[in-house]
Amino acid sequence: MIAIVDYGMGNVASVKTAFQRLGYDVEITDSVERLEAASHIILPGVGSFQAAVEEINQRNLTEPLRRLAKEKPFLGICLGMQLLFDQGYENGISDGLGLIPGEVNRIETEYILPHIGWNQLQIENNNQPFASFQDKHVYFVHSFQARTGQQYLVATAEYGTKVPGIVQNGHVYGMQFHPEKSGEVGVDLLKLFMEKTNGDRGQQA
Amino acid sequence: MIAKRIIPCLDVKEGKVVKGTNFVGLRELGDPVEMASNYSKDGADEIIFLDISATNEGRQTMVDIVKRTAEQVFVPFTVGGGVRTIDDVNRLLKAGADKVGMNSAAVNNPQLITESSDRFGAQCTVIAIDAKRVGEKWHVMTHGGSKDTGIDAIEWAKEAESRGAGEILLTSVDTDGVKDGFDLPLTDTVVSVVRIPVIASGGVGKPEHFPEVFNKTDVSAGLAASIFHENTFTVKQVKDVCIDQGVNIREA
Repeated sequence: MIAIVDYGMGNVASVKTAFQRLGYDVEITDSVERLEAASHIILPGVGSFQAAVEEINQRNLTEPLRRLAKEKPFLGICLGMQLLFDQGYENGISDGLGLIPGEVNRIETEYILPHIGWNQLQIENNNQPFASFQDKHVYFVHSFQARTGQQYLVATAEYGTKVPGIVQNGHVYGMQFHPEKSGEVGVDLLKLFMEKTNGDRGQQA
Repeated sequence: MIAKRIIPCLDVKEGKVVKGTNFVGLRELGDPVEMASNYSKDGADEIIFLDISATNEGRQTMVDIVKRTAEQVFVPFTVGGGVRTIDDVNRLLKAGADKVGMNSAAVNNPQLITESSDRFGAQCTVIAIDAKRVGEKWHVMTHGGSKDTGIDAIEWAKEAESRGAGEILLTSVDTDGVKDGFDLPLTDTVVSVVRIPVIASGGVGKPEHFPEVFNKTDVSAGLAASIFHENTFTVKQVKDVCIDQGVNIREA
């Protein structure tokens, strides 16, 4: 069972539908027990970093999420990806989950913000098996971006600056764009995340 | 590079997609969810539903349509029309809309833009502006383009941005329905005064009108309704014409 963390930040129905379409059993939950029972944890989210941190804290989910991210594959989407990092600077400084080293602050670009629309993925570090997604369009909507080490970058998008699109630290993954709103390419990326993390787990076991 | 967006718009009345914008002789075209799904499969970069229902029942039906669309359409979609209060915005977002468009209500109460942006984020707060040329200026029109508010549309676009709008859906009342192409001077003027994405609307009669507005202005997206209806032209045909003319487009 895949668990989608429900913490009151944005609609998660489309994320659920996208995984269901791939044939997975999906639950939207804020119960630690259910998160513990899940094979994969998905952290979605739309809104501001600080508000999200407060919502997660209010539900006493911060420590369980940090712990579970060490045990099983974890995917943050959009704001959920930003929360994977150490700190965010939206409406003041707040602590993220600290699962990937780095921080989140406003996109510095000559281009208009928010960064809304279909932008092309540039695969970093010749990362396999993501390389087949080079130049594929995915749907972004955000004004803040992660700043992290090159070793954590799987894919970026060019927007007058290099915007991290997919990040990874072990089996913790993040997607800044909305795979559930990125047509077939988005669904294929979710499928790859599931296959790759299932495979990695198989190798570890 | 970020791609220019092609956005089909569906006018929805009491739960059915209808053709015709002047509220006279409306013809039913079909189920909005099915049509949105077909457009997205054909390469639409986004879908906009414009609710022109006259009744509360019609508006309630829209919430159900939004829920069903969220389950079946894998591209972003916006709902506009009849959004009056922050509760309306909340209801549509909760049902699964990615963005909500506000028009007259924002003109009557600009604070609504600020509230929506603060609470739900700029990314889902779309301000729809219907503009009509009056002498050397453009005025904001309401009531389906029939009532002149006397407000300067360019100044209003700037105010919407400063209040936290994430996007502007700009319809030219002058070119709407004329089918002779987008209003280039209006579009160019608004795009040059704001730093948020603008969606051009009104006037598309053939696929070539899309590359025209993309090549002559810095607009982010173009919207059309009637040319996509009943497969007069497909989204893919429009995209092919754009690609031929050098526009950066997400290939369908």
